[in-house]
Amino acid sequence: MAYALQGRTGSWEVVVGLEVHAQVVSESKLFSGAATAFGAEPNTQVSFVDAAFPGMLPVINRACVEQAVRTGLGLNAAINKVSRFDRKNYFYADLPAGYQISQYEHPIVGKGEIEIECADGSTKMVGVTRLHLEQDAGKSLHDQHPTKSFIDLNRAGVALMEIVSEPDIRSPDEAGAYLRKLRSILRYLGTCDGNMEEGSMRADVNVSVRKPGEAGYRTRCEVKNVNSVRFAMHAVEAEALRQIEVWESGAEVQQETRLFDSNRGVTRAMRSKEDAHDYRYFPDPDLLPLVLDQAWIDDLRVHLPELPDAKKARFMRDYGLSAYDAGVLVAEQTSALFYETVAKGRDPKVVANWVTGDFFAILNKLGRTFENPPINAAELGAILDLIKDGTINGKIAKSVFEEMVGRAMAPINVSLTENLSPSDSFSIRIDPLTIVDEMGYRQLTDTGVIDATVDKIIAANQDKVAEFRSGKDKLFGFFVGQVMKATQGKANPALVNETLKRRLT
Amino acid sequence: MSSATELTDLTIVQGRDGLRAKAFTAVDLTLAHLHAIEALNPRLNAYLSVGHAQAMEQARAADAALAQGDMRPLLGIPLAIKDLFCTTGVRTTAGSKILMPFVPPYESTVTANLLRDGAVFLGKTNMDEFAMGSSNMTSYYGPVENPWKRRQDATAVLVPGGSSGGSAAAVAARLAMGGTGTDTGGSIRQPASFCGLVGVKPTYGRCSRWGVVAFASSLDHPGPFARTVRDCAILLGSMAGHDPKDSTSADVPVPDYEAACERPIKGLRIGVPREYRADGMPGEIEALWQRGVAWLRDAGAEIVDVSLPHTKYGLATYYIIAPAEASSNLARYDGVRFGLREDGEDLRDLYERTRAAGFGAEVRRRIMIGTYVLSAGYYDAYYLRAQKVRALIMRDFTEAFAKVDALLTPTAPSAAFAQGEKMDDPITMYLNDLFTVPADLAGVPAMSVPGGLDADGLPLGLQIIARPFDEATMFAVAAALERAAGFVALPTLRAGG
Amino acid sequence: MALDPATVRRIATLARIRMDDAEVTTLVGELNSILGWIEQLNEVDISGVDPLTGSAHMALTMREDVVTDGGYPDAILFNAPDRIGDFFAVPKVVE
Repeated sequence: MAYALQGRTGSWEVVVGLEVHAQVVSESKLFSGAATAFGAEPNTQVSFVDAAFPGMLPVINRACVEQAVRTGLGLNAAINKVSRFDRKNYFYADLPAGYQISQYEHPIVGKGEIEIECADGSTKMVGVTRLHLEQDAGKSLHDQHPTKSFIDLNRAGVALMEIVSEPDIRSPDEAGAYLRKLRSILRYLGTCDGNMEEGSMRADVNVSVRKPGEAGYRTRCEVKNVNSVRFAMHAVEAEALRQIEVWESGAEVQQETRLFDSNRGVTRAMRSKEDAHDYRYFPDPDLLPLVLDQAWIDDLRVHLPELPDAKKARFMRDYGLSAYDAGVLVAEQTSALFYETVAKGRDPKVVANWVTGDFFAILNKLGRTFENPPINAAELGAILDLIKDGTINGKIAKSVFEEMVGRAMAPINVSLTENLSPSDSFSIRIDPLTIVDEMGYRQLTDTGVIDATVDKIIAANQDKVAEFRSGKDKLFGFFVGQVMKATQGKANPALVNETLKRRLT
Repeated sequence: MSSATELTDLTIVQGRDGLRAKAFTAVDLTLAHLHAIEALNPRLNAYLSVGHAQAMEQARAADAALAQGDMRPLLGIPLAIKDLFCTTGVRTTAGSKILMPFVPPYESTVTANLLRDGAVFLGKTNMDEFAMGSSNMTSYYGPVENPWKRRQDATAVLVPGGSSGGSAAAVAARLAMGGTGTDTGGSIRQPASFCGLVGVKPTYGRCSRWGVVAFASSLDHPGPFARTVRDCAILLGSMAGHDPKDSTSADVPVPDYEAACERPIKGLRIGVPREYRADGMPGEIEALWQRGVAWLRDAGAEIVDVSLPHTKYGLATYYIIAPAEASSNLARYDGVRFGLREDGEDLRDLYERTRAAGFGAEVRRRIMIGTYVLSAGYYDAYYLRAQKVRALIMRDFTEAFAKVDALLTPTAPSAAFAQGEKMDDPITMYLNDLFTVPADLAGVPAMSVPGGLDADGLPLGLQIIARPFDEATMFAVAAALERAAGFVALPTLRAGG
Repeated sequence: MALDPATVRRIATLARIRMDDAEVTTLVGELNSILGWIEQLNEVDISGVDPLTGSAHMALTMREDVVTDGGYPDAILFNAPDRIGDFFAVPKVVE
């Protein structure tokens, strides 16, 4: 069922396009040799070129071009072998030159697409119109002084990829799915770290509304610099509702740039006066056309990592996982790698259940990620091996897991796991077998003991036995529960079931 | 030891030979020039700043190096540097009020090259503001007086041409042995013509623009002034070269330009483009041009009639493209990070007041034109069209150079005019660049050589234009012209004069 | 395409140059004269011509991704008309 908002006059459809500004992962800036690392002291990562001193000139960074091409390839997009840089002219305190070097008519990457997974499990293709390279601006701080704004140019000149989607998105959910998928692809490629809180990925959300079935698009507004996926989704709804109100009151939506006020949950117009930004784009005369070699592009393509969609398809095919489980596991490369390490030589579905269930839960609870999990892939694998060989049953295994995590997080041990390096995936530091023995968790498989226990339970619950034999099938679970309780949960469930079936029927 | 007057009369070649022969020292040479500047600059206003201490230090270092047998090409040679080149620790104003407080923390590549080759910098020279002008009248720091005077009226104060008027006047008046300039519409060649000097605009990208305050990026060409062709060849050889910090810098090796001056021109084909004529151009200029043609023919060159049909559109093309690029290049002068600041109620007010106070009328006018021709709705009609006409102008040259090896034209449509003349409207001033602008638009190398004097005793220049990166042929032809012209006239106002 | 005072004012705003009425009036005349003179380019047949964006006939050279610059905040801030700590200061901007 398509997403729709209810206005006073009926249903409205929402049309959304997203422009994402993604900071390129590189050591130095797009057109200067200054560093790009986040969090440096103000104006310490600024060259004279970045500060637009007289006579300074831009020289392009090969790695940034590479990252843009790799991103384009990851979006299944056309790579434009000849592209051009243009100046976008406007005045602002964080734009030292009074212009931004960007790409206007001839971007480095053309049309592509992203497959998104919607909340209801369906997939949809969202078109990418283009990707181009441009300079980031510096930062203004407006809250450090009563009458002045402070300018830090560290960020000025850092390479950005502007990725523009087609207006194919029709709901907040789709908007969220697009942003999450795009971020995942960028992180897989290593071209952007996708950290929206730190500002290395920002979204401008373009929203318009229309009546279902209406042809064409109505006026849209842009909600700028949204810095979380959640806010982007809220902004879509908030702005759509605002526009619906405008249309329904008989007025026309004016094209304008707005900001999302996350505290109040509404969008508001930016206070800078209109003077309809006339950017006076023209080709930057300090630069020449960017010409790419086909062989170079092909080489980049060959060396791309396996991307989320391909990995997900492979997980579904080779491990027999559901689309949902595979999707969860491949959202990050680190979780996918963790999964595959554990799944090697083990039952992939069992592993998937453990990783997507208990393991994800414990990471969330502890604020850890797959880059620094409390116990590693080998250790989790060892627990699963103990289930497989019958040493413990599945339920007890969860207790073992919790105990292992608890020990790993003990202050004396926590430093061992905080900065886990990949090589640590293979060494077992806390052996689950030790815990099993210490805690007496070994599974009970002695049929004699099980038979005796079953008999005891049956004898003590004759009324329920009668009810069961007369048709109340659900009571089987009661008997199982009683046997497990009597054996401190250690009895082998299969044997318990088998014995109970024999005795009860 | 030569007397001070003779020292300032020396060419760079003579200075270099004399230093190596120990006829005098670098300190002698620099002191002689500093004294001359002290005497004459208050009148000429060619220099905006003179670096006495730094020059003497450089001269002393040069003497020490010379004593070690150091053979660097410009060791100890005192030069004038146009105030458009950023020089470390030395105020650089671009002739503007808006950069009055600016002290660059870096050295332009071109001046660094000159220092690398041992040159001594006497000071920074006056210029039209942000290189926009043909008379040096738009400088915030006052006009420059051309050291040449009219025979009929020695009281008239003449302009040296522009925008590199200060460097031209300094070299002509023997206040420097050579100088640097930049040529965007003719700003080296036209002042060279007005001041009886040799001035070279090399191929675009031959000299790095890094550290040169930008006016119009696709048209700015750093280049040398000197009193002889060979001196210019030496200067260019030092200034030129690939610079990885400038993306438009050409990665082409620098040949021996000085040696090229000796090349005979027998058999070279010289094109005479019929379009290099202007309404109201004095007959003397046409006559000089013909004399130039004859000189080259006598030297063994073949003369070919050629046509560059889009020549007359050069100025209009230039006056769209240059202001457009300038309007963007000058946006950085906003009072925030360097330069003049006029306080405002808010940021926009600060920008508007700073720029209104800091930029002169010509600069404001060109920023306005540039902003307009790039603005929404006008880009196609103006800027895009101009870039297409520019392509046609370039094609004219390419087609001509299929038939000839170099072109000979007049440099300017008049001799130096007086301060206050041609000020009625901007366009009259723009017409000064009629013959120089096409070579800027096409990026082909061009230079001016003094051909003779007009009836008023004022110098007239002849322009040689050559193929891209074929400055060698250009110097060969220029040297032949120089020999034939035998130009020995001296300006009235000069060191020791 | 004659300019009127309103257009001149709009351009002056785009160019961030403060202008009083007298200057606007002068500029209307001067700019119209210059633009009128430039109109001669309309005579030229530009059909099929690719625009030239600079006379350098090369493609962009790329540099290696190594940190070679920056790290000198004092030099960056040295010429600042209003420096506060390690920042450039401007009148407060409200977004």
